[in-house]
Amino acid sequence: MQFMLLFSRQGKLRLQKWYVPLSDKEKKKITRELVQTVLARKPKMCCFLEWRDLKIVYKRYASLYFCCAIEDQDNELITLEIIHRYVELLDKYFGSVCELDIIFNFEKAYFILDEFLLGGEAQETSKKNVLKAIEQADLLQEASVCLHAGFPPSVLSESFLCSLDIAGVFRRVKLD
Amino acid sequence: MALKKVKGSIDRIFDKNLQDLVRGIRNHKDDEAKYISTCIDEIKQELKQENISVKANAVCKLTYLQMLGYDISWAAFNIVEVMSSSKFTYKRMGYLAASQSFHDGTDVIMLTTNQIRKDLNSPNQYDTGVALTGLSCFVTPDLSRDLANDIMTLMSHTKPYIRKKAVLIMYKVFLKYPESLRPAFPRLKEKLDDPDPGVQSAAVNVICELARRNPKNYLSLAPLFFKLMTSSTNNWVLIKIIKLFGALTPLEPRLGKKLIEPLTNLIHSTSAMSLLYECVNTVIAGRTVSGSSGLCVGLSVCASLCVRLCFSLSPSVKYLGLLAMSKILKTHPKSVQSHKDLILQCLDDKDESIRLRALDLLYGMVSKKNLMEIVKKLMLHVDKAEGTTYRDELLTKIIDICSQSNYQYITNFEWYISILVELTRLEGTRHGHLIASQMLDVAVRVKAIRGFAVSQMALLLDSAPLLSGNMQRKGICEVLYAAAWICGEFSEYLEDPVQTLEAMLRPKVSTLPGHIQAVYVQNAAKLFAAVLRNGQQGSQEGAAVQETIQLLTDQLPIFVQSADLEVQERASCFLQLVKYIQKLQQKDVDVGEEVTALFAGELNPVAPKAQKKVPVPEGLDLDAWINDPPSEPESEDEKSKSAFAEEEPQQPRQRHREVDEKELARRREERKQEQANNPFYIKGSTPAPKGYQDTMGVEHIPVVQIDLSVPLKVPGMATSDKYVKIEEERRKRDRAEKGKKKEKKKKREKRSRGDRRNESGPESEEDIRPAQTVDIVTEEMPENALPSDDEDRDPNDPYREAVVATSKSTTEEPADPGQGSDTEDAVSSFPLRCFPDVLLGPLGVTARDLPAMHFMPQKSSKHKKKKQKKEKEEKEKKKKKQHRVPNQEEEESVQNGTVEEEEDPLPVCDVQGNLQDSSRVVVSVIFENKSSSFLKSMEFNVLDSLNAKLQRPEGAGPHDSLSVPFQLPPGVSNEARFVFSVQSIVMPQKLKGTLTFIVKSDDGSSHEKLDFKLHFTCTSYLTTTPCYSDAYAKLLESADMKGSSARLQGVGLPFQHLLAKICFHHHFSVVEKINSCASLYSRSIQGHHICLLVKYTDQTVTIDAKCDESSLLGNLLDEIKLTFSQS
Repeated sequence: MQFMLLFSRQGKLRLQKWYVPLSDKEKKKITRELVQTVLARKPKMCCFLEWRDLKIVYKRYASLYFCCAIEDQDNELITLEIIHRYVELLDKYFGSVCELDIIFNFEKAYFILDEFLLGGEAQETSKKNVLKAIEQADLLQEASVCLHAGFPPSVLSESFLCSLDIAGVFRRVKLD
Repeated sequence: MALKKVKGSIDRIFDKNLQDLVRGIRNHKDDEAKYISTCIDEIKQELKQENISVKANAVCKLTYLQMLGYDISWAAFNIVEVMSSSKFTYKRMGYLAASQSFHDGTDVIMLTTNQIRKDLNSPNQYDTGVALTGLSCFVTPDLSRDLANDIMTLMSHTKPYIRKKAVLIMYKVFLKYPESLRPAFPRLKEKLDDPDPGVQSAAVNVICELARRNPKNYLSLAPLFFKLMTSSTNNWVLIKIIKLFGALTPLEPRLGKKLIEPLTNLIHSTSAMSLLYECVNTVIAGRTVSGSSGLCVGLSVCASLCVRLCFSLSPSVKYLGLLAMSKILKTHPKSVQSHKDLILQCLDDKDESIRLRALDLLYGMVSKKNLMEIVKKLMLHVDKAEGTTYRDELLTKIIDICSQSNYQYITNFEWYISILVELTRLEGTRHGHLIASQMLDVAVRVKAIRGFAVSQMALLLDSAPLLSGNMQRKGICEVLYAAAWICGEFSEYLEDPVQTLEAMLRPKVSTLPGHIQAVYVQNAAKLFAAVLRNGQQGSQEGAAVQETIQLLTDQLPIFVQSADLEVQERASCFLQLVKYIQKLQQKDVDVGEEVTALFAGELNPVAPKAQKKVPVPEGLDLDAWINDPPSEPESEDEKSKSAFAEEEPQQPRQRHREVDEKELARRREERKQEQANNPFYIKGSTPAPKGYQDTMGVEHIPVVQIDLSVPLKVPGMATSDKYVKIEEERRKRDRAEKGKKKEKKKKREKRSRGDRRNESGPESEEDIRPAQTVDIVTEEMPENALPSDDEDRDPNDPYREAVVATSKSTTEEPADPGQGSDTEDAVSSFPLRCFPDVLLGPLGVTARDLPAMHFMPQKSSKHKKKKQKKEKEEKEKKKKKQHRVPNQEEEESVQNGTVEEEEDPLPVCDVQGNLQDSSRVVVSVIFENKSSSFLKSMEFNVLDSLNAKLQRPEGAGPHDSLSVPFQLPPGVSNEARFVFSVQSIVMPQKLKGTLTFIVKSDDGSSHEKLDFKLHFTCTSYLTTTPCYSDAYAKLLESADMKGSSARLQGVGLPFQHLLAKICFHHHFSVVEKINSCASLYSRSIQGHHICLLVKYTDQTVTIDAKCDESSLLGNLLDEIKLTFSQS
């Protein structure tokens, strides 16, 4: 996989992960171009398109588009599976994930992605293992934050999870 | 101390954290940029603080801003600071920021090496994990080199969590620092057996990716992977392994055989579509490269699987099914072609990308049989298509499909023209020029269609205002360019040139783009010429000419005022011409021909491969410099001089060419022969004998009556649907006809090979013959071009195999009667040529004139060069009875004419005749001095008969002799020509003659005399003329042909040689040949037609002959008999 982009229906980038080294300028150009192309496609269309010498695999979940670029010989369907797996992971982690979860906890979304994919290849195919690794890293993190700042761990995590509970706005589409 | 700590914490609470930033941005939608710039200022302040948590928070916010597109490279050093924090929270944040913002060009990366090494070796596995993850994003060659060893150690870490990350990141390290591959590989291989499935899958992943880059080095791992494949149940791993095998099978064909079973098992057992798809891909890939054995069994499974995929409701799966099909199509068109209906269905899909895929597939699937159906379907889609992009795509595809491989699949060009005309109705398409170029191409290359094309184009021009009215339709008005040119160029087909001329000179035309107007003006001139030509025929037309001149003088000034220079120039030229013609007309000077001459000459397309066909002459090195490259740029003068010198030698050569018209004629003849022999050469019909030419083929065209007097509303009046129907009917008729013909065949044993081929009942691909005598007009080929062969085909053409498969049966080897006749010296020594018309492929010729074999005997004598200049040739032989030269073949005695000579040892003469027109015969006499004496003052005289007279210079008496203009040293031969006038050619005759000369020897000179006889046989008056079977059949039916027959017994020659002999010695050409039966044709210099039907059974030859002059025929048959009795 060359890169993965998450963007909203409005074309706002929510997450980007590049597995090939590119300059910022190039990244911006590609992002802009792809967002436009993918948003222009109608809902019933197939999830693949050929773009430059790459294949783009994208899928829309609620208001978010997940978009991956793969090479010519790569398997489109397994990429679709990767996207789906990532959404499931987010869902499990946040509990009914919505766009705002990803906006406000974008670093968490990155951490999950990094546990799941490494260098563009799937590193862990077991959902359980990924979540376990994240939880443990989080525990470690919260312990160190609380130790440092003097807050009990529960206060922090609960407070912002509550403030984000506006899931009614975004209906999660059942994964098919 | 405690207070300070609390103060720091409180400060931190008042800083914006990430959530505040995000909310702030969302609240400042109107002035986002301004808000963010204040935020960045704050962040800069925060980064200056000592407190690491403040810094980490700032870096976190920066990472978010980076995603929004703001540059944070200035904070790179701060990110490194945060990375090196001992706290996991900050370290994690730091690595995230680094992985998002660092790239190869970030210079602070150098500073991180030690920090990363420390983290990699941290006792905390999450520290290590974070470092590995971050490293995977920003690893540089330097980092790879420095850290490769540490990562390699981590591959054997106790925690699988670290092991799998280490294994995966090794791939990135290999890419950046390839030297690390060799030492690390054994350990990587070890990991394939790792107890943890995650590590194992990571190792498979890495090896698979490596193998895709360089499969050869990983062949040795195949057994290991094979074991893994049969044992693993993890689809992720399986997919990678199968992909790996896909890369390996092309290198090791045996692998393919071994794989077929597990793969089919997987295909049948798995429910995972992704795995299924990967299997299909691997089977196809293995098949594509390995060719014969291997995965071919699986292919049919795959094809049916693809069909299954295409039936899927999910558009994505459908798309992939089509994608896989197009891969199969490249190598195995047959297995896909049967699913045509399915593909056509996909054209109805809502999804544009699926439709485009289906279109791609259709391109490779068309055949003669289904082309019309497919295009009809596509035309419907064109009408329905909403988006212009898709519609344009359809349009180009339609044209691509129809025009592929030289219009191979088009059987009815009227249909194609009407399709093109229908396409012009599209509004706002960008592809006007594409349609235009197709119209031009078809009209120029398909002669038979010109009449129809012109009528359509005329209508198109008539509706021109409709087209040009809207500037938005700019693209499509290109079509008018083609329409105007076709109407002008082929104006002889135009029914009403005046009307078209009017249409072309409407004031509205001046709104068209300049280059189109220019063509309009130029072709208006051509039309004017056509009107003038017609004007000579009668007074009524004379009036029309006057009107036309008036029209032109009225309308042309519009174009003279054009802003476009080209239009202006052409228009003013033309206007002056018109005025001048008007003047001449008033003086009653007939100018029609002169004006027509301005546009005379036919344009022929040049074959695309023409240049390639010219063989590189021996000793010519195309890569060598003609002149040494100028060593220094300062020698500018020298360079121009050398360029001039280079041109110099060409000039005399051109002059030479102009002078030597005969040479040109000879070359033309040679080229024609060359083309005729070239099975891939699409040529026009060879001219049939005069008088029959115009009746040929034309009436067989299913003429579509188009009512031109009723102008239709739409420009594309003749709908293509009509032609689909017509074509279907025609094919039905054809089949019926064929049935009839077959019965006839028993009676008349003359049938072309083409018909015999079609004996099988159901209509096969080859059965469909083109509707019209549609010949693609001969493309100009360079003389001495090499006969074309398969080298023409692009080996990379994905549909190459498909083309070969379909055209194979049309390119059967011709039965060349001239070849293999090595038993007979005389025959084999002449390059007998046949015109393999049947090879012309689907477009070349109609079925009727299929295997017309024409023998073109070429004189291979030493006088070849001179002989070939003459179109009509005759060869006569003059021999000395007593002094027959041993190297002269026995067969020469049966040459058409003989010159008998009285005893004299000195000269041996060779007489060759030339027929130039109906009453003149040119006899070439070769004088050869076989003696050892010098011969001079030769004089040639013939005793004239009533019928034949030697033409003597004016003023000479009827019995004067002609002097031979040369002398003969010993052993030298030379040729002299004498012209005879002949009145009747129906009888053979002998002329007596004498040759007087002076023999000069050492002991003085003596006067000698030689008597001889010139034998004019009837054969001498025949000229080899090719004839087509339909014209031939007509000829046979005509009433004034008288019949005669002859029998030859005990002929031991093979039939082919026999034919060759008749053709060669008696100047016939084969019209048709079936088994041991052939029809031949020849024509005399006075226009008599001679038809022979030669049958051969058991050494007995029966010749049934017909001719419109019975005595000529009788004599001729006698001569043929003589030929065979002598041999």
